[in-house]
Amino acid sequence: MAKTLYDKLFDSHVVAEENGTALIYIDRHLVHEVTSPQAFEGLRLAGRKPWRVSSIVATADHNTPTTGWEKGLAGIADPVARIQIETLTENIREFGAKAYFPFMDARQGIVHVMGPEQGATLPGMTVVCGDSHTSTHGAFGALAHGIGTSEVEHVMATQCLVQKKSKAMLVSVEGELQAGVTAKDVALAIIGKIGTAGGNGFAIEFAGSAIRGLSMEGRMTLCNMAIEAGARAGMVAVDDATINYVKGRPFAPNEEQWEAAVAYWKTLHSDEGAKFDASVSLRAEEIQPQVTWGTSPEMVVGVDGKVPSLDMAKNDVQRGDWERAYAYMGLTANTPITDIAIDKVFIGSCTNSRIEDLRAAAAVAKGKHVAPNVKLAMVVPGSGLVKAQAEQEGLDKVFKDAGFEWREPGCSMCLAMNADKLEPGERCASTSNRNFEGRQGQGGRTHLVSPEMAAAAAVAGHFVDVRSL
Amino acid sequence: MQAFTQLNGLVAPLDRANVDTDAIIPKQFLKSIKRSGFGPNAFDEWRYLDRGEPGMDNSQRPLNKEFVLNQPRYQGASILLTRENFGCGSSREHAPWALEDYGFKVIIASSFADIFFNNCFKNGMLPIVLSADIVDTLFKQVVANEGYALNVDLAAQTVTSPTGEVYPFEVDAFRKHCLLNGLDDIGLTMQQQDKIKAFETKHRQAQPWLFV
Repeated sequence: MAKTLYDKLFDSHVVAEENGTALIYIDRHLVHEVTSPQAFEGLRLAGRKPWRVSSIVATADHNTPTTGWEKGLAGIADPVARIQIETLTENIREFGAKAYFPFMDARQGIVHVMGPEQGATLPGMTVVCGDSHTSTHGAFGALAHGIGTSEVEHVMATQCLVQKKSKAMLVSVEGELQAGVTAKDVALAIIGKIGTAGGNGFAIEFAGSAIRGLSMEGRMTLCNMAIEAGARAGMVAVDDATINYVKGRPFAPNEEQWEAAVAYWKTLHSDEGAKFDASVSLRAEEIQPQVTWGTSPEMVVGVDGKVPSLDMAKNDVQRGDWERAYAYMGLTANTPITDIAIDKVFIGSCTNSRIEDLRAAAAVAKGKHVAPNVKLAMVVPGSGLVKAQAEQEGLDKVFKDAGFEWREPGCSMCLAMNADKLEPGERCASTSNRNFEGRQGQGGRTHLVSPEMAAAAAVAGHFVDVRSL
Repeated sequence: MQAFTQLNGLVAPLDRANVDTDAIIPKQFLKSIKRSGFGPNAFDEWRYLDRGEPGMDNSQRPLNKEFVLNQPRYQGASILLTRENFGCGSSREHAPWALEDYGFKVIIASSFADIFFNNCFKNGMLPIVLSADIVDTLFKQVVANEGYALNVDLAAQTVTSPTGEVYPFEVDAFRKHCLLNGLDDIGLTMQQQDKIKAFETKHRQAQPWLFV
C-alpha cells in the first residue's frame, strides 16, 4: 500500500503497539537547560540511568545571555538562570551524553540550529526535545516533535515514547515564490489560512515545487513553524538538497556507511497515491511578505494589507480575541500595516537565525542605517558556528555599520528568558515564531516577519514592503 | 502519579480561545529546577497588576480584579472551562504543573493543543474535549449560576451538570487506564524492555550510523 512519509517514519520506529497506542523508538534526544532539570531529578530519585547515552546531544540556549561573555559564567547576572545552566552541566557530567556544548563553547547554540549543524539530525530519525520547535528537524525527512518534561524523563529512561499515531496532512505550495518572499512568509501564510489550531492532531508534510525550491535553512524555518499551526511535527521529503547539507557534518555517517545511508534516505518521501487525511494547497505567486498584527500567529496579513476589522471575524469568540488583540497591540482596525512604527528589531531565534537568514537581512541593511525612532535593533546568531561564519563573511560589520547590535548566540528575545526583552508597550519587528501576549516581555508587542522584512523595518522605522526597496 | 477517578468541582470560566502556555506560566518562572510551586504564578500577567518575578511574595502583590479567576465566586475552582486550542505554544510542562498546583484537576475545552493535552495526563489531570456548542452552553450556565459545579466521572466518561444533563466524552483507553490507576508511564514501559532491546538490535543492523 502507498505510504506517506509520516507513515514510513512512524511505522519504522514502532517497538510495540496495543489498541492504537504505540511505543516508538527515539533515535536522537536533544536536551537543553530549561526543560531537563526535573527529568534528570526524576531519574536520580528512581535510581535510573539513560537507556542510550549516545542518543543525547545537549546545549544551553534558552537562558544564556547575549552579552558579557568575557566575564564567563559570572557574566550571567541572574543567579537563578546561572544555577539552571550550571545544573545542566552537572547533570550531563553525572548521566553522560554523546556531545555537550556548554555555555560559551564555540559550537553552543539554539538547540534547533546546533543539531542540524552538527549532523546530529539525520534523515529517517525520530528526534525529540523538550521544546515545541523540535518540529524544525522534520526538514530533514525526520519525525521530530516537542515533548514535555515527563516525556524527556521517559525517553531518557526507556529510549521510547508512548505515542498515538497522528493524522497526516499534506500542505502543498506549487509555483515560484516572488523575490523578497521567504520560507517565513510561506509559514505565516499557511497559518493564516488554516489557523493556529488547524494542524491539531496532524503531522504536516510540506510539498510542492515551491517547497522543493527552498534551501535546507528555508525548510527548517517552515517546519519550525508547523507547531504554530498546531501540528507537533512538520516534515519535508528527502532530496539532493537534504543529502548535500548533511554530507561532511561532524555526526553524519562515515564514508563506509554513507552509501547505505543515502540509499535508505532516498526512500523517505510519500509514495505516489499515498492517502492524506487532509490536504491544503497554496499558490506560491500569491504569497506576499507577511506581517502579524495581533497576539496569535494566525492574526497575520500581507504587508500591503490592513489590520482587519471586526466584521471580518468568523464568530463571536474570534471577535472577542480580536478586540483583546487590538487593545493589547495598541492598534485599530483598518490601520495599514506600513503605517505601523516600531521601537525595536529582533533578528534571531530557532526560526530565523541561520546563516542564510543573516545574509538576507544584511543584504537589506547594507549601506543603510537603523531609523532614529528604533531604540534597539539586535542580531542574535543561532549558534557560535553561525556567528563565526557570518563574521568571516563580514556580515557583522554590515550590521554594526548600519547601527545594529551584534550579539552572542542563544534564544534571546524570542522568549525573553534572559535579559533581552521588550518593555511594556514597546513594539518589535521580530523574526521569531510567537507573538503571544508577553512573549517577548510583559506588555511587549510583537510583529512576526521574515529577516528581510525585519531589516527593512529597522531601516525605515516602520513596516515596509521589502519588494519595493 | 496521583490517580484521577471522579470529581465534583466548582467551575471557573476562562472565555478565550488559543490560551497559550506563555500566558499560563510566563517564562521568568521557568528558571526553577523544581516541578512544584508554580500555582501562585499561573496566569501571572493576567492575574496581577505588577510585573511578576521569581521569589516575590505573591500574597503581597496587587491583584487584577478584572481577571475572572480573581472573582470571589470562583475561588476554590477545580474545573477550568475554556475555548478552542487551549495550551497552544511552548511545550513547557510547567503549564500543567502551574494549573495543577493552582487547584485545577480538570480542564474542559472544545479542543486542546497536542503537547499540552499529553502533558496533562502525565500529571494526574484530565483534559476533556466537548463540542463547541456544549462548551458554549456550559459557559452560559456557569456565568448565570454562582457556585456552578460539574461532576466528572472518568470511568463512565461523563460530565454531569447540576440539573442532570450528561455529556459523554472520549478518552484514549491507555491514558484512561493510567489515570484511573495512577500508573507511572516509565514503570509500564520498562515492562517491555525485551521488546525495546530486540527492536534496538534490528534497528542497529539496518541503520548502524544511528548508533555511533
